[in-house]
Amino acid sequence: MTTPALELHGIVKRFGPVQALRGADFTLAPGEVHALLGENGAGKSTLMHVAYGLVRPDAGAMAVRGRTVLPRSPRDARRLGLGMVHQHFTSIPAFTVAENIALSAGWSVRPKELRQRVLDLMGRVGLALDPDARAGTLTVAAKQRLEILKALAADATILLLDEPTAVLAPSDAEELLRVVREFAAGGGAAVLITHKLDEALRAADRVTALRAGRVTLTGPASAQTPDSLARAMIGSGAPVHGGPRPAERVERASLIRCEMLDLPREDGRGLALRGASLTVAAGELVGVAGVEGSGQRELLRTIAGLARPLRGRLEVAAPVAFVPEDRTTEGLIGELALTDNVVLGLGRGAAWVHRGRLDWKAARERTSFLIRQFGIRASGPDAPAGALSGGNQQKLMIARALELAPRVVVAENPTRGLDIHAADDVWQRLAAAATAGAAVLVYSSDLDEVLERADRAIVVAKGTVTAARAGAGKAELGAMMLGGQPGGRP
Amino acid sequence: MNGTGSGLRAGAAALAIGLLLLAAGLWAAGFDAAAALAALWQGAFGSWYAFTSATLVRAVPLIVIGLGIAVAFRANALNIGAEGQFYAGAIAATWAGLHLGGSSAVVAIPAVWLAAGAAGALWVALPAWLRLRFGVLEVISTLLLNFVAESLVSWMVQGPLQEAKHIYPQSDPIAAAARLPLLPGTRLHMGFLAGIALAVVVWYVFRRTVWGFELLATGTGPRAARVSGRIDIGRVTALALLWSGAIAGLAGGIEVGGVSYALFQNLSPGYGFTAIAVALLARLRPLAIVLTGIVFGALEAGAQAMQREAGIPAVAVYVVEGVIILVLLLAEATGRRARTSVALPDAEADPA
Repeated sequence: MTTPALELHGIVKRFGPVQALRGADFTLAPGEVHALLGENGAGKSTLMHVAYGLVRPDAGAMAVRGRTVLPRSPRDARRLGLGMVHQHFTSIPAFTVAENIALSAGWSVRPKELRQRVLDLMGRVGLALDPDARAGTLTVAAKQRLEILKALAADATILLLDEPTAVLAPSDAEELLRVVREFAAGGGAAVLITHKLDEALRAADRVTALRAGRVTLTGPASAQTPDSLARAMIGSGAPVHGGPRPAERVERASLIRCEMLDLPREDGRGLALRGASLTVAAGELVGVAGVEGSGQRELLRTIAGLARPLRGRLEVAAPVAFVPEDRTTEGLIGELALTDNVVLGLGRGAAWVHRGRLDWKAARERTSFLIRQFGIRASGPDAPAGALSGGNQQKLMIARALELAPRVVVAENPTRGLDIHAADDVWQRLAAAATAGAAVLVYSSDLDEVLERADRAIVVAKGTVTAARAGAGKAELGAMMLGGQPGGRP
Repeated sequence: MNGTGSGLRAGAAALAIGLLLLAAGLWAAGFDAAAALAALWQGAFGSWYAFTSATLVRAVPLIVIGLGIAVAFRANALNIGAEGQFYAGAIAATWAGLHLGGSSAVVAIPAVWLAAGAAGALWVALPAWLRLRFGVLEVISTLLLNFVAESLVSWMVQGPLQEAKHIYPQSDPIAAAARLPLLPGTRLHMGFLAGIALAVVVWYVFRRTVWGFELLATGTGPRAARVSGRIDIGRVTALALLWSGAIAGLAGGIEVGGVSYALFQNLSPGYGFTAIAVALLARLRPLAIVLTGIVFGALEAGAQAMQREAGIPAVAVYVVEGVIILVLLLAEATGRRARTSVALPDAEADPA
């Protein structure tokens, strides 16, 4: 057998009361793409953070190309030929693409020389970007490309990617996976952390699944099925989700009615949507598909009452519950307790507000109730919201939204970054709200989810809103999403 | 609460370190450090009279302004202009006090306070409006208005409010009815009680009212507060600034009615700035502000005594104040680092 590119052996790591890794083994062969699967909190990211020198293990050993080493910092790891693409973006918005790459690779910033080096790099990797564009102005997909360029700039031979496709539209995700495959074919080795099963099966040579800090499966991807992977990740077989809800559609009142809306872009430059019309009836769960930046964000936020249309008619039944995409800056205040966050969401109309006074005891009791009812894993209503995992934060936001007894629910990417269990739970809650008579409008960047979970889908592309044909498949929706999408948006 | 206990310990330790460094500095400069510290102590706590008439009298404006600063800072509206608002309040209080000769104290004192509070709010109204309308940073606008306020005072005491003989740069004394009652045998005035009552009120507002919560939510998570659709963060910020200015202005009114009885230049030895430290050291907690206000009042009172008795410039005490702030900031920063490393697994699970 050839010497593995990267070997981790018996890695143990505990964070306070949380045992993140319980003796995990992982081997990455040269020339392969290796998918690392697991639910939220299974230890995937932690294991790769150990390899990249971000986390020091309590026990265990590591070897790079046969040499036993344990990087003490990312700088060490880069010297060993490792590169990492993090889940969140790590570029400096005010710097240009070229400057960000130089910063990360330690290159000189003499403009001409740098430009040429960056262009060479892009040619070599097969990813194109404007080297002079400021990182802050890039689209999500372009930012992700920049992250990969940064990781590869320093001549990395081992690439660690932490859920790189979580925020990408299908076509952008495909491009990214192609780059990763080419990198491996050229003699590199890549670890792809993901919880998308089909992606793992499609893009990876081998897969390793983690559950609660232990490896539960490792082997060639070709020998696996989505079901076998899900079993390895969760232990109890794939989660059961209801699929599309029975469509016994009686004529019901329209709770969201948009007619010929013109919406400004969020950054104020031009129109996001022109002449958008949409009707959602009570009891309907409508999915919104669209490539990032197509105007779905503006549409949802206008319906939620956070932005105003320039023209057109908009009627939305009150109360409206809005679940924003960004859990930690827009949804919740991390420093404040769960109770405070519930109080925040319900405002002055809540049962615990009496003429401007706040009955914290009542708010706290209600929060405790919601924690139990929604199975939120938290130490209690006084725990800071920032201490919860992503899935539990999402549950809290959904619990809070439904606490309003809303007639309209608007949710942005509510399952982003969640594992299958948590995502399933979120969809079931949203479906239950629809069944209870609310009009529910959900945008998801995961097209499979939209197809599977929504009663019907609409597609936002090229500044317009189009209803998808009943029974339209993924390919048809994907084509609609990209339909006439001008390439290379700034 | 747990946090208060550890805060108190850290504060005491910071005070001790500050005093030690002061002693070391004085010793190194050839002063008799023991005598200096003894004078400091005597001046602040040496007698009932020193405690009430020096320490507590200086603590009153620090406490009241500190409460005002806490209101703004809680909403993350950084009002650095309390000094100016204090002077605006003092001007209005003097004007009102000069015109209330015929009325009784029951009318005159509230009228003076009302005028002072209104003037303080008015002084911050421009920064509040600029922030709301154009997003101008209140840190800068409130700071700059301090200089305007100081110039306004010096014009007032040489112009419209100058004493009748037009010799001295100060106003005539305000009417007796507008002066605050004193604790017999001391110079401590009723403003101290008002400060404590105000601390309780602010505490209640922070802890028990929706508006107090809205201040906190706006201060800690402005985007979340806005997206919640329940809070008009512009309005909350502007109101926080206005109330903050009103309270700082009230402090000016209390100072004129309780201590100076007239308007002077340099009425405040920088109370508006020291009070920022007072509020921050108390972590914006109203009841703790009473305590930190007294500690800083004691330092200022002791500094005067030290200058009188041991010939050491009073400014030396700023070393102690500075060290206290540095030590506490350091303690907080290390405490935060300890907390974040424990919170890592969650951050790791969802960095998005």
